[in-house]
Amino acid sequence: MKKILVYGYGNPGRQDDGLGVHCAKRVKEWAEKHFPEAIDVDMNYQLNIEDAEKISHYDEVIFADASAEDIIEFAFTTLKPSKAQLEFSMHAMAPAYVLYLCHTLFGKQPKSHLLHIRGYEWGMKEELTGKAKQNLDKSFRAVTMLLTNYLSDN
Amino acid sequence: MSKKITIEPVTRVEGHGKVTIQLNDNHEVIDSRLHIVEFRGFERFVQGRPYWEAPVLVQRLCGICPVSHHIAAAKALDVIVGAGDGDGLTAVGEKMRRLMHYGQFFQSHVLHFFHLSSPDFLFGIDGDPAMRNIIGIAMTNKELAVQGVMMRKFGQEVIRLTAGKKIHGTGAIPGGINKNLSIAECDELLKGPDPLNADKMVEWSLSALEFFKNYHKQNHTKVDDFASFPSNHLSLVRKDGALDIYHGVLRAVDANGKRILDDVDYHEYYNYIEEEVKTWSYMKFPYLKHLGKEKGWYRVGPLARLNTCDFIPAPLAQKEFEEFKAYTHGKPNNMSLHYHWARLIEVLHSAEVIRDLLHDPDLQNDDLVVKVKGEKKHEGIGVIEAPRGTLFHHYKIDDNDLITMANLIVSTTNNNEPMNRSVASTARAFMNEHETITEPMMNAVEVAIRAYDPCLSCATHALGQMPLEMTILGPDGHVLDHKMKD
Repeated sequence: MKKILVYGYGNPGRQDDGLGVHCAKRVKEWAEKHFPEAIDVDMNYQLNIEDAEKISHYDEVIFADASAEDIIEFAFTTLKPSKAQLEFSMHAMAPAYVLYLCHTLFGKQPKSHLLHIRGYEWGMKEELTGKAKQNLDKSFRAVTMLLTNYLSDN
Repeated sequence: MSKKITIEPVTRVEGHGKVTIQLNDNHEVIDSRLHIVEFRGFERFVQGRPYWEAPVLVQRLCGICPVSHHIAAAKALDVIVGAGDGDGLTAVGEKMRRLMHYGQFFQSHVLHFFHLSSPDFLFGIDGDPAMRNIIGIAMTNKELAVQGVMMRKFGQEVIRLTAGKKIHGTGAIPGGINKNLSIAECDELLKGPDPLNADKMVEWSLSALEFFKNYHKQNHTKVDDFASFPSNHLSLVRKDGALDIYHGVLRAVDANGKRILDDVDYHEYYNYIEEEVKTWSYMKFPYLKHLGKEKGWYRVGPLARLNTCDFIPAPLAQKEFEEFKAYTHGKPNNMSLHYHWARLIEVLHSAEVIRDLLHDPDLQNDDLVVKVKGEKKHEGIGVIEAPRGTLFHHYKIDDNDLITMANLIVSTTNNNEPMNRSVASTARAFMNEHETITEPMMNAVEVAIRAYDPCLSCATHALGQMPLEMTILGPDGHVLDHKMKD
């Protein structure tokens, strides 16, 4: 059976920055009911070097993150490994960089995707903004539908 | 007439900062500044919140060292709920917090060394920028890179098991902790499959130290002379003078080793430490009150800790400590790049402490919170040694248990003045009499700052992400050169 990891990251204490984590929590609840053997869920404040080892154990990985970019509601894209480290904040890593590191250090390259969910405010609050909540609902429905189709076919 | 060179942000440093170097007509460095330009508003944010929320709330500062803030806040609240002055917890309460804290120390130091600093040692500060990162290490020394990844993973596992979860962990609560560690959980870390076990972590910590010492042996002049300047050093030490990152008294020594703060109670830190505000930075400049702004600034962090403590209560780290002290004939070590040496000794120390704590049966005790408490107070102060240095949390509450005042002096803020001086020292060494800026010059300044492992996100509470930008301004203020990295 194919093993899938859904990995949400961000700081839920920074409003919409926590969208990836909120999404992962909901996927976790859903996966435990429907695909407990096939789907693992993890979450953290940010991606880091040890995640390169973690993803090496999976066939497919979905990274879920908040986005401040001008996208409509959410975007689901395929990731390619990249050594371009765009984030200069030194402990934060881009998912493409984690993927590159995974391949370089552990010789594995799981098929990886990035779920970007549009966020709007980034202050020190727990609660998501109203629009971000709507985007979370829609992205959750989309990702669970994709996972269901994928696991039915495999 | 003068020229101004601006480097922003500092790569591979938490958050971001901007470095300005002022040259005169002869292209000599006459001034330098590390600007921190993000607004710091966290203290105001917690006002009005119930005090028991603080240990979880403070983790919102940033996701880089949440455990340090979590524990410092919990220590302050121990005082408020009448659970002693930082040493009044049950055995399991204190040991679980220590285990969590050493786990954080281990992973934080490992990440800094393997991911951020070792590229400078492997490739040199004038090496190819494309290689000076963990990918470069992976391509030239895969074993070292894998070790870094797995050591970091081990530290994260220690945190997960002690804090309960990775995000907004709730392990430490006022007066104690909310979980103990089962024998099975201890075994997970003690007897995990290679390499994820405590013995392997001790072994790899020793080999990381050897890696640094070999480099130092071959490049001792370069390492020793880089941003070397006398300073005071401050940290917590245990009451008997041992290195202790969880609890103790405040000690400071000057550049020659003379005690200038003699094991004072940290609950009175405000009697000894003051913070200066400068218009060009949001980060304050702390100093020892009795010595004044000019003479009272100090370093904190690994180098300072090994300069203030008398010994390390762990056999392998103690042996390394003796070698470290012998290098400067027992005097304080004032060489900025020796932060890395000190940091790796602390990695070894942390691995030893974690291993020993995991064998301690007190971790399975059930008395998680102190039952007999003293009088509730309206004010509490918690101080710990965070990976980057001494961290102060100070809270006041009202009769409704709401926080009315919070003051945080974070490690990076304590290192503000020495980081500025390191920039100045490096700029003079690398930029004097040069009209154009090269990549190695820029990186040299960054190497100097990086030695302190600053967390600018933490010091300023920035979200922190932007490209690297460098600007050179001429004597009349117009832009002579502008470079952007992305």
